[in-house]
Amino acid sequence: MLNYDLVIIGGGPAGLGAAVEAKKNGIDSILIIERDWELGGILNQCIHNGFGIHEFKEELTGPEYAHRFIKQVKENNIEYLLNTMVLEISEEKEVIAMTDNGLIMIEAKSIILAMGCRERTAGAVGIGGYRPSGVYTAGMAQRLINMEGLMVGKEVVIYGSGDIGLIMARRMTLEGAKVKCVVEISTHSSGLNRNIAQCLDDYGIPLYLSHNISTIHGKHRIEGVTISKVDEKWNPIPGTEEHISCDTLLLSIGLIPENELTVNAGIELNKTTNGPSVKSNMETSMKGVFSCGNVLHVHDIVDFVTQESRVAGRNAANYIKGFDDSEDKLLIETKALDGISYIVPNKIISGGKDGANLYMRSKNIYSNVTLEIKSGNKIIKSKKMRTMIPSEMINIPLKPEEIADLKEELTVEVIGI
Amino acid sequence: MYDILIIGGGAIGCSIARRLSKYDLKIALLEKNIEVCQETTKANSAVVHGGYDNIPGTLKAKLNVEGNLMYPELSEELDFAFKKTGSLVLAFSEDEMETIKELYNRGIKNGVPELEIIDADRAREIEPKIADNVVGALYCKTAGVVDPFNYTYAMIENAIDNGVELFTETEVVNLEKKGETILVKTNNRDFEAKYIINAAGLYSDKVANMAGDDDFYIIPTKGVYRLLDKTKADFLNIVMFQTPTEKGKGVLVTPTYDGNSMIGPTADIVSTVEDTTTEAESLKKIDELGRKSVPGLDLRKTIRVFTGVRAKPNTGDFMIYPSKKMDGVVHCGGIESPGLASAPAIAKYVEDILLSLGMNPEPNKNYNPKRNSIPSIARSDLKTKMKLVEEDPNYGKIICRCENVSEAEIIAAINRPGGAKTVDGVKRRVRAGMGRCQGGFCGPRVLEILSRELKVDPTEIKKDLLGSEIVIRHLKK
Repeated sequence: MLNYDLVIIGGGPAGLGAAVEAKKNGIDSILIIERDWELGGILNQCIHNGFGIHEFKEELTGPEYAHRFIKQVKENNIEYLLNTMVLEISEEKEVIAMTDNGLIMIEAKSIILAMGCRERTAGAVGIGGYRPSGVYTAGMAQRLINMEGLMVGKEVVIYGSGDIGLIMARRMTLEGAKVKCVVEISTHSSGLNRNIAQCLDDYGIPLYLSHNISTIHGKHRIEGVTISKVDEKWNPIPGTEEHISCDTLLLSIGLIPENELTVNAGIELNKTTNGPSVKSNMETSMKGVFSCGNVLHVHDIVDFVTQESRVAGRNAANYIKGFDDSEDKLLIETKALDGISYIVPNKIISGGKDGANLYMRSKNIYSNVTLEIKSGNKIIKSKKMRTMIPSEMINIPLKPEEIADLKEELTVEVIGI
Repeated sequence: MYDILIIGGGAIGCSIARRLSKYDLKIALLEKNIEVCQETTKANSAVVHGGYDNIPGTLKAKLNVEGNLMYPELSEELDFAFKKTGSLVLAFSEDEMETIKELYNRGIKNGVPELEIIDADRAREIEPKIADNVVGALYCKTAGVVDPFNYTYAMIENAIDNGVELFTETEVVNLEKKGETILVKTNNRDFEAKYIINAAGLYSDKVANMAGDDDFYIIPTKGVYRLLDKTKADFLNIVMFQTPTEKGKGVLVTPTYDGNSMIGPTADIVSTVEDTTTEAESLKKIDELGRKSVPGLDLRKTIRVFTGVRAKPNTGDFMIYPSKKMDGVVHCGGIESPGLASAPAIAKYVEDILLSLGMNPEPNKNYNPKRNSIPSIARSDLKTKMKLVEEDPNYGKIICRCENVSEAEIIAAINRPGGAKTVDGVKRRVRAGMGRCQGGFCGPRVLEILSRELKVDPTEIKKDLLGSEIVIRHLKK
């Protein structure tokens, strides 16, 4: 049995950021467990730039962004294990992991869950037709092309306008493929505006909003897809079918936090985000177990992941040192009202020393509205928003004095929809 | 010159190969696809039916009940994934209870043991997730679930171990009588054999035609399924049918051997046996019917939808008989449901036919009926896990995150007799890519391992069928 103060599951940006922060806060006994063969997580396959604008005020590529944290991990002599898969976390905070040297068991004082997310698959949306080769999730194609140097196809259709799909539209174009279109079932893209501009508009790739892909053609290799216009309930409108030939279909239809370990450990999940339900110190329903990054809720920019990982790292450190920010304090639930789809964290520690960082997404596109954060009748914060887009996460930090003596549920609402 | 050639590497062909491998005979199995288990066997309900709903006196009734009873011992001998879960036929009205009684009587006639009509409370005890309006059920304790891939691979591996030869990518195009033997023309070479077993599934009528027989034809009947992620909360205990009505058999809600939930199938006649397409209306239909049995099904947990085609014969019964036109040919066609449940008994039945035709073989002195499955990290307890990694460090390299499949298992899947040559072949053998991310993470790694073990370029590796390559070229050499 090994012993560490802090075990961090996942060596992507969330895990790395949390490790560095915990170290800064005086914890020396830290172990990062990574299932892949290198640190950095999915950033390693994101060779495009645009990472770190908030964090470093410059545009880095994914590997560059990851490297800055990997460097800090190494400089701080933080231990890490690669090719190591955590199989189980127990209520006693025992971690069982598999390595090629055998099973290891670790007793931890505190654990940070930072396992990231996975992509939704074709099965999840029930596309009709055959199940040929040539259908990939965008992330899988990204890994094959950017890391393995293997090209997946020549004529591409992309389903879903998530950021990875948009980035891959550009990437495949640059590698000589013809990207015929991006098909999005919703009335608006689920990707960032800057990616629509830089990855589609710049290359003349059309984006079909309010369209679905009903059928995949071709039994061996995909030969084409049928797309249709959809009504407001996303039902295809008869007579609008169009056939588009392609040998490749990339799916960018959403990401799901990977919480199998979390669920099996008996930690409570938030039904909207599919991530653990957390307090404002990023602590889950299990004492001393914290969470951050895409395993908590899916982020659109890594800078917010880093920001969140600091809160988790700092509070895990405090917990290990015996200062539990939530001890004897009132926990105030957060509630998403009109226009807001979810809020993380789920509970605010009233009078918490750290304040609270609220992350949220709007339900729809709104312009010239006001975002109002209230507790009971008291307005805590009110912010004019020129635009709100579901694909762009909103971050509202609340200072310790703003949450000093919260007593009633904290609500967030969009006024003027 | 072969004693026996078996055409078709599905559950039936592979079961027959294994059954006959106990004799000192020169046997080969010809499969037109890249691997065995690539057609009807790969997409079905994976249920070992009890055998109560077949019409008494039919071959189906006889072989289903016999086959079902052979499963427990066979699964021990060949170490394949089979679990006796039992099954329920749910009735939603008193009228339907009448049908349940008919099914019960039929079952008794067919010789199904341990059949019981139970009330709603008892049914709910067995499976608390059933709908509130269930009034009673037929409980069949001998029914179970099998991993149909695992079953088929166990059969072919053991058959090969006992001397059977496997020729893949070998499609039979013609049969020709040549004196005492039969000349079998294929897409790449000729074979000659004394006996031919036609186990060509969806194409069994075409092969029968090659022998000059036209006693049956296949009515391609499609079945659409939805497979849900496995989670503790959604776990089902038992296979659930609905009371058959004039409209049909009703949709099945079932656990798989590995604990996923599955609903399906539809039964739509299609124009070609090649039609494995899935469509939205079919999914809607099975969703509605599935929820009738288990209202709490969380369809958002879907990880895959797929379609299988039944080799439904126009005659309504299995067509297992010696050719009327070409001596030495035995047809084993029209094997629709309960084909999988009947498979071991079908193999025995075919053996009996061969013996009755005058085949008089010596026993295979080296016959070993035992086969061990590939040890699985996910299914092992902690102590076994440790032992496995100690013996082979590749057991500690987890490639598939969702199903916890190690590199050692994937290597074994490729290198076993009749082993995996495709990404889906690896998936079906050891479950890498079978989980909730459907190969999103492990796909590229499996591709790389296949390419390394088979010593071919990654651009040659296929998803499953011929022409289903995954990557088209290298970006840089």
